Amino acid sequence: MKKTPNQKAWFMVLPVLLLVAFSAIIPLMTVVNYSVQDTFGNNEFFWVGLEWFEEILHSERIHDALGRQALFTLIILSIEIPLGIFVALHMPKKNGLWSSLCLVLVALPLLIPWNVVGTIWQIFGRIDIGLLGYTLDKMGFDYNYTQDSFAAWATIIIMDVWHWTSLVVLLSYAGLKSIPDAYYQAAKIDQASRWSIFRYIELPKMKGVLLIAVLLRFMDSFMIYTEPFVVTGGGPGNATTFLSIDLVKMAIGQFDLGPAAAFSLIYFLVILLISWVFYTIMVHSDKEAG
Amino acid sequence: MAKITLHNLAHSYNNDDNYALKSMNHVWEDGAAYALLGPSGCGKTTLLNIISGLLTPSSGEILFNDQNVTTKDTATRNIAQVFQFPVVYDTMTVRQNLAFPLKNRNLDANYIKTRINDIASMIEVEDILDKKAQGLTADIKQKISLGRGLVREDVNAILFDEPLTVIDPHMKWQLRTQLKALHKKLGHTMIYVTHDQTEALTFADKVVVMLEGEVVQIGTPTELFEKPAHTFVGYFIGSPGMNILPASINGDKAHINGHEITLAAGYEKHSGNMEIGIRPEFAQLSNNPSDLPITIKRIENVGHYQIIRAAHDTLDIDIIASESAEVSEDMQYVHFDKNRINIYADDWLVTP
Repeated sequence: MKKTPNQKAWFMVLPVLLLVAFSAIIPLMTVVNYSVQDTFGNNEFFWVGLEWFEEILHSERIHDALGRQALFTLIILSIEIPLGIFVALHMPKKNGLWSSLCLVLVALPLLIPWNVVGTIWQIFGRIDIGLLGYTLDKMGFDYNYTQDSFAAWATIIIMDVWHWTSLVVLLSYAGLKSIPDAYYQAAKIDQASRWSIFRYIELPKMKGVLLIAVLLRFMDSFMIYTEPFVVTGGGPGNATTFLSIDLVKMAIGQFDLGPAAAFSLIYFLVILLISWVFYTIMVHSDKEAG
Repeated sequence: MAKITLHNLAHSYNNDDNYALKSMNHVWEDGAAYALLGPSGCGKTTLLNIISGLLTPSSGEILFNDQNVTTKDTATRNIAQVFQFPVVYDTMTVRQNLAFPLKNRNLDANYIKTRINDIASMIEVEDILDKKAQGLTADIKQKISLGRGLVREDVNAILFDEPLTVIDPHMKWQLRTQLKALHKKLGHTMIYVTHDQTEALTFADKVVVMLEGEVVQIGTPTELFEKPAHTFVGYFIGSPGMNILPASINGDKAHINGHEITLAAGYEKHSGNMEIGIRPEFAQLSNNPSDLPITIKRIENVGHYQIIRAAHDTLDIDIIASESAEVSEDMQYVHFDKNRINIYADDWLVTP
């Protein structure tokens, strides 16, 4: 049967195209539009080319924020991933009331909105009325997250670990549950040590979910805004001003729309790039092994 | 290598009266190849796990040679096990996989090296020794997990838990042959769990047939075929299985619905439900009105022979006839070879 070429099917993708256009492309283009223009209000714009990008790329303030951001992400990843695996390894493996209870307890922090988490820790850490802050203060520790940048960092890191380690635990737990009993039995027969079991059975089987866990935690922590904003507001000084907080300050606080737009685009590209590099390395090493 | 003795062994998973394994006494001779055959849920895997030490029996003892190992763990029993699906360490190379059990036992590096080369040539994986185990085919992985068991010279027994389930049919035959050859060569005590009669009969010197947590017969393939000790063995082994027909037995005569069949010997009176068992191979179509009348339902030609599906009244009777056998209109009867008829009382074989 001879088929007549018919291009009408393209109309079928039109709704999706419109949806994506309005939800992603047009807003993004608006940002691009701002990033190459300057305005003094009254809806008058001047073309400035790549000036804003140059300014952002050479801005010491942004460099500092990026440094803080990278350090923060590195710290929470290096705590949450091993801790999450550790907790998952010690969760009860058999299905039952006990394991369900553990799962619910572990999942609980994930259900709390960011704002609320921030508020909880903001109050928890206050030295006048907060349980944690008051106790530490009375025990003689010099703990005050509004004045001491180390205390502020510690508070925010512990808060993030408290909030998000659960995600790593749940993912790792799912990975562990998928390992058939026979592997453990074989390991017993081979007299494998606990470490060998972890290294050669559990870790390889968890690799896939851990990749997801690291990616999710990287992206989320690199974009963190609400919690530190509620707890420290970026302070003391600029000690906890991460990229998002700085961006909001620039865009809404100072109303520097052009630089903020350029900043947003660079920020977005950095996350995209790191995620892509990371993902490619992991997938590639998987293929090499196979 | 060891002789394995089961002494009054029984197991129930919930420690109640619901026994997955009913009390049994059995000796697995040193160096013999056994198959544990039975339908799913008959307790064969339970028995295997008790032998390997993954499960502690609720009562009874298990001895390796003369040593009681009932409460000993898997590692100290020094057994090897090949599982239903291949268990290999994916991130290791084939060589590292084979070396793993030896390294964990802190053996000399030179010894490990020569040992691995020996085993690798035995299971024919020399050319892929330095490949990662991940990505190998299921049958090669299964060979490697077998190799991990063989690599220890002093292993007491090798247990197989339906090891060919995930293997392609054309590789199954090859692996089975290889396994048999390895057994001849190395002389390990081997216990092979399966629900496939072909696997059991080709692999084992002795087949242990299990049903509902009980060993119903232990015998050579020939014994299982000719003298099934239980009606279950009769119809589970053979294709098609044994014809089991309710009958009343009177001396050397059996009566099926009033039709008389002569037996080879006289039987004493037994209480209980009497049946005669006759293999389709020893039943023959006939036109002699003194034989048992039947109606033929259909004929299946399976290449080198025909299976005749017939019935006497409501009783199904299968007959195997040669490929060339003519089936004519007047063949309305079936003749049983009287020397091949077995008599069962309440499902158990009775002797004359």
